[in-house]
Amino acid sequence: MSEHMKLYEVFIRSRRGLDHKHVGSLHAEDPAQALEYARDVYTRRSEGVSIWVVNSSDIVASQEGDCESFYDPLDDKPYRHATHYQLPDEVNNM
Amino acid sequence: MTTEHHEQDLAALEQRFQARIDAEEKIEPKDWMPEKYRQNLIRQISQHAHSEVIGMQPEGNWITRAPSLHRKCILLAKVQDEGGHGLYLYSAAETLGASREEMNQALHDGRAKYASIFNYPALTWADIGAIGWLVDGAAIVNQVSLQRTSYGPYARGMVRICKEESFHQRQGYHIMMTLARGTAEQKAMAQDSLNRFWWPSLMMFGPHDAESAHSAQSMKWKIKRQSNDELRQKFVDQSVKQAEVIGLSIPDPDLQWNEQRGHYDFGDIDWEEFNRVINGDGPCNRQRLAHHVKAHEEGQWVRDAISAHEAKKRQRNDRQAA
Ligand SMILES: [Fe+2]
Ligand SMILES: [Fe+2]
Repeated sequence: MSEHMKLYEVFIRSRRGLDHKHVGSLHAEDPAQALEYARDVYTRRSEGVSIWVVNSSDIVASQEGDCESFYDPLDDKPYRHATHYQLPDEVNNM
Repeated sequence: MTTEHHEQDLAALEQRFQARIDAEEKIEPKDWMPEKYRQNLIRQISQHAHSEVIGMQPEGNWITRAPSLHRKCILLAKVQDEGGHGLYLYSAAETLGASREEMNQALHDGRAKYASIFNYPALTWADIGAIGWLVDGAAIVNQVSLQRTSYGPYARGMVRICKEESFHQRQGYHIMMTLARGTAEQKAMAQDSLNRFWWPSLMMFGPHDAESAHSAQSMKWKIKRQSNDELRQKFVDQSVKQAEVIGLSIPDPDLQWNEQRGHYDFGDIDWEEFNRVINGDGPCNRQRLAHHVKAHEEGQWVRDAISAHEAKKRQRNDRQAA
């Protein structure tokens, strides 16, 4: 049965004002069912105020092997960080 | 549903909406909200986005002329950040149902404004210092306050932006400090730049509270959390010390510590200049807009090519499926 059902990723907003956060995935026949399952499985202890379900196949993800080309700036561009600039103590809270 | 019923429903919805705001809860995209709240936010967020993007012009103009490779890299990274800020904000406005095309069109038609400060030219290298220190500094004061705005996606965008902003102000101040410690000529260049950017920076906070068209309602809806004058005062108070430390003087003879208020008093802002510049007649208004329109039009072939490529790919997939 599950081989016919699509995989959905589940995201939950734990509180108003916060981003939805990935919590896991589940199989369901359609989005409405996925939403109900997500409610049953992932929010039994009032974990959230809003649920998103997204077809797993719709998610496009970068690979860890691509790390260098994606995240290289972290290492060789220290000037993107505030701490790179040394300022006098009196104004260093800027 | 009769009109009367409809009005009762609306009143109840509005009441629940305001109660949520009064309780410091965020409003999220799929919540019911008054049409005016939505319109007010679209106006404010899109104008904020336009400011980030138009603001790339005066600084971008100096990337090729930065005095060292290091400064060039820094400026490039900063301008790149501002483009990103524009994107965060446009997408926050899109969660309210505004389309990117419509927002862009409103900018090009002159219906939507952007921060008037970007209509001043960056004439010298010191201006890049003054922009980072003062213009980003003023923007940060405003954006820190907006981290507590009532609309969730806007508030979260502000948190992301504030994290990225602090290097902007520090690199600008660092440029000013370096010039101020340099030759007499370099120090004079820094002072001249402070002289030109000080007052326009104070204008960035908008009209006085009593004259501000959208303020009262925005405060009630907690779109704005602090008034224009409060934020301006905060900026003046923090800047005085910063100027002092590097031996530059703020061009305001009325600037004076007020023991009683616990704040600096400062001189009158030239509101005529503000109105002139915000309504299209500043030193660079036409140039800024013309450049944006040109860049947009010159990018048309790229957008066309992308959609042609997409269409072709779809066709190929359909044929394979058949
Ligand atoms: Fe920015
Ligand atoms: Fe910035």
